[in-house]
Amino acid sequence: MKDVDAVFKALADPNRRELLDRLYASNGQTLSELCKGLDMARQSVSQHLDVLEAANLISVEWQGREKLHYVNPVPIHEIYERWIRKYEQQRLTALHNFKTKLERK
Amino acid sequence: MNKERFLYVTYIASTPAAVWKALIDGELTRQYWKHTNESDWKPGSKWKHVADDGKGTVRLVGKVVEVVPNKRLVLTWGDAADATNTAKHSRVAIDIESIGAMVRLTLTHDELEPGSEMAKKIGNGWPRVLSSLKSFLETGRPLDTWA
Repeated sequence: MKDVDAVFKALADPNRRELLDRLYASNGQTLSELCKGLDMARQSVSQHLDVLEAANLISVEWQGREKLHYVNPVPIHEIYERWIRKYEQQRLTALHNFKTKLERK
Repeated sequence: MNKERFLYVTYIASTPAAVWKALIDGELTRQYWKHTNESDWKPGSKWKHVADDGKGTVRLVGKVVEVVPNKRLVLTWGDAADATNTAKHSRVAIDIESIGAMVRLTLTHDELEPGSEMAKKIGNGWPRVLSSLKSFLETGRPLDTWA
């Protein structure tokens, strides 16, 4: 349903990453607010937001007739744990072993 | 809207009852959150968030506002240092819904002072807590993000 493929695909587009950055800077924006200062058609922004929402990278909330968009970094955190932290751990272990070896000499 | 507001969503392969228990059972929160959430979970009661540091350091305090078991929990949320200064407290609402075989957990944290220490901590903290909760309920293992 909401899987890691959708998250990677959604993040693979620079326009979508920019939208996430804009929401990070100012959370809870409407489509019109997000379109301001962007060199993108409103319809493209809307489609990008749909992709981000399907990947659960943004969460939405209706306030009256306005749809507000919020950055939802929970899936990014899962990717960080699964794909980054694990490798950091290996590097740290390698460094540790290297140090132990050197000190033994 | 001059107060800061965050809205987080996570999908968990679990049941509403299991998610609910994981939020209010101190023994479970200790495992994936490294803190115990303590209260009798009745509207109007106090709740506190206590570090699992062997000293029982209270980090957060607040009141239980709304309790609908397996569905909705609303709390006020303040730093322990601001325990009596309720003007500085913010508000957390957690909604739990079944979506097919999954549970959708929606967490709204609002009434935060923009740029405050708490607002900064929240932006970093909830994604970690929620992904650890998801891992804990789906695999039995929390994420080791608290080192």
